[in-house]
Amino acid sequence: MATQDHRTLRGFINDVGPVDQVGIDERVAKYATRSIKKNAKVFGLRLATTMVDLTTLEGKDTPGKVASLCQKALHPHDDRDIPPTAAVCVYPAMVKHAAKHVKGTSVKIASVATAFPSGQAPLKTRLAEVRAAVADGADEIDMVINRGAFLAGELALVQDEIAAVLEACGDSTLKVILETSELETYDNIRAASFLAMQVLRPGDFIKTSTGKTNLNATLGNNQVMLEAIRDHYFATGIEIAMKPAGGIRTAKQALHFLIAVKETLGDAWLNNGRYRFGASALLNDLVRQLVKEKTGHYQAPYTFSESSSAY
Amino acid sequence: MPAKKSPRPAARELLFGDLWEYDPAPETAKAFIDERYGLFINGRFVAPKTKKYFDSISPRNEEKLSEIALAGTADVDAAYQAAATAFNSWSKLPGTERAKYLFRIARLLQDRAREFAVAETLDGGKPIKESRDFDVPMAAAHFFYHAGWADKLGYVTPGRTLDPLGVIGQIIPWNFPLLMLAWKIAPALATGNTVVLKPAETTSITALKFASILQDAGLPPGVVNFVTGAGETGSAVVNHPLAAKIAFTGSTAVGKAIQRALAGTGKRLTLELGGKAANIVFEDAPIDQAVEGIINGIFFNQGHVCCAGSRLLVQESIADQVLSKLKIRLRTLRTGDPLDKNTDIGAINSKAQLDRIRTLVESGVAEGAEMYQPACSLPKKGYYFPPTLFSNVSQSHRVAREEIFGPVLSILTFRTPEEAIEKANNTHYGLSAGVWTDKGSRILKMSTELKAGVVWANTFNKFDPTSPFGGYKESGFGREGGKQGLLDYAQLK
Repeated sequence: MATQDHRTLRGFINDVGPVDQVGIDERVAKYATRSIKKNAKVFGLRLATTMVDLTTLEGKDTPGKVASLCQKALHPHDDRDIPPTAAVCVYPAMVKHAAKHVKGTSVKIASVATAFPSGQAPLKTRLAEVRAAVADGADEIDMVINRGAFLAGELALVQDEIAAVLEACGDSTLKVILETSELETYDNIRAASFLAMQVLRPGDFIKTSTGKTNLNATLGNNQVMLEAIRDHYFATGIEIAMKPAGGIRTAKQALHFLIAVKETLGDAWLNNGRYRFGASALLNDLVRQLVKEKTGHYQAPYTFSESSSAY
Repeated sequence: MPAKKSPRPAARELLFGDLWEYDPAPETAKAFIDERYGLFINGRFVAPKTKKYFDSISPRNEEKLSEIALAGTADVDAAYQAAATAFNSWSKLPGTERAKYLFRIARLLQDRAREFAVAETLDGGKPIKESRDFDVPMAAAHFFYHAGWADKLGYVTPGRTLDPLGVIGQIIPWNFPLLMLAWKIAPALATGNTVVLKPAETTSITALKFASILQDAGLPPGVVNFVTGAGETGSAVVNHPLAAKIAFTGSTAVGKAIQRALAGTGKRLTLELGGKAANIVFEDAPIDQAVEGIINGIFFNQGHVCCAGSRLLVQESIADQVLSKLKIRLRTLRTGDPLDKNTDIGAINSKAQLDRIRTLVESGVAEGAEMYQPACSLPKKGYYFPPTLFSNVSQSHRVAREEIFGPVLSILTFRTPEEAIEKANNTHYGLSAGVWTDKGSRILKMSTELKAGVVWANTFNKFDPTSPFGGYKESGFGREGGKQGLLDYAQLK
């Protein structure tokens, strides 16, 4: 499956083309100046809601916590007009508990496998974890790439591991987390995107981050990855999906990300098959804004919890 | 996920449709434009001795915005007399005192930024996001910057003194009305000169509104005077015997006429004229950012920019890729009502300019260049032109030689760096150029070989008050901004 042989990282970056950081940052600053009003705002907020992978990834997760998270994903608010989220995202041990609540509904179960978030476990162990999660009912697997190998220049190893995880996924969708903050440069993020996309199937995802480092999804790395997806699509016809994760906490931010999708990849990517948000606190702000658009008033602050642990 | 099918063999196209259409987002702040404006002479508005007024039309919808006084020779003379009288005391004020006025002007402009941005957009047609995020803040920045210089002129050329020249006659264009006003007035006042300024006849409103800021700042009467009108008024400004210097920004043809008129008079002159900038993209460039820079280089302010990157020189090996990416990018540009906050390309400044753009575009088609315009619906009223690309352009095409001053890009190719330099320099102009490459050493080489006043590397259309701006060849002479700009407003002693 792997197509990557003995090329160097620098050579690979030359192949896929460099990225200018100042230019990217200037481009994405323009998204934040778009003014989204009235119907366009409601459409964007609803769309974002359907794209949320509602996430809990804590050491203290329990079956009870997962149950309430699933409930929140299915019915984000007592206003049943507000659509369910795309998925819940949990640790592998919680997959079977989530399955009790959402199997058979539109809400998918995503699970972070492969020794999330560091990925520093033997490949055998990581693959076993993926298989176990899939066997327990995970529709989607969020894996981390081997950043150590990437930065050491062992590109073939990185790609072979992705291919191996993909095989272990069976029919489940794969999301490949690049952990952008550890790759650091836009050049690296673009190269890693291509490394992953070259072995992925249509509809599989590339994803920014684990949410476990100090810098997660930004409009900048989102843009670099969207442009990589676009270039890969034109070269191969394969449509790869995108998931920014971590750090997107407000509805306004989510709209900025969606504007980037609309203006870079177009309408075909404006659905939850092609774009997701890995987030937890974001959902309540989306709901808060939707209720405000409907009623014309902001509700009292305690109506919507700021902390997702109250979901 | 049901998306796991084999790759679609169909044509690979991105769909930029109406799934999520942005609702109109008009800027609602009021512009506070008077029904009629007199001339601003000696600190107050006066009726023109010609008793004539002309209409100011908004290019956005062709509606009349205001009536502007037409200054005749006698009015221009009154303005010069006032400026000459004011010069006696203004030039003797300590630099710290002049600085206070300039700081005050800058702050007042910031206070009223939104109002000025809306007025600029209504009057000139530029998108509100540009007048709001670029023109007005940059105009204020020029006053702040030069306020800082006013008491430090002794440090410009250590051991020497900068003496003011006297009354400066200034004529500014319609593409950046308020910003060009700031570029002209701020250094003139900082160095102790007084000013008679003529705005362009299609865009006088922000200058006249700016007069109220001068009043609020308590600037002594006569230090700055505004005379409005067209070519004849301009000619009176140029030819007045009290003018110590003329500073002109505008077309090369008018610039040449001014230079002829001033020959032998002893008046100083600086000219900032046209351009036909080459934007050079090498094959190792970051392509998507280069595309963004090309777009910004030619479509910023509808291409009404003297330093616009109107000639794209792209290395042959990536020409197809760059062209296809440009076409995709063009499809997401929003052309329309400049008052809408989401508009990227606004209205063409005037009917006359729209006609000129049309004529040149027709010549491009007639001469065999390949034209691309994205499908876009333009407002029915007002002056609009869609963003336009010409590919397969050669050096001898009119669209590659003449300044179009509109949203029209001509795309040429090159094979080697030598050829790029040769083609880039093969023009009457030399105001600006852009270089896109991942290789630092090539940037340095190109920037020394390109005959242009400004060379941008991996970016385009970046301005700063600290950076001198001006041209080579028929793009004019003299510099504006920076330490160098001050020297053009002073006598070195």
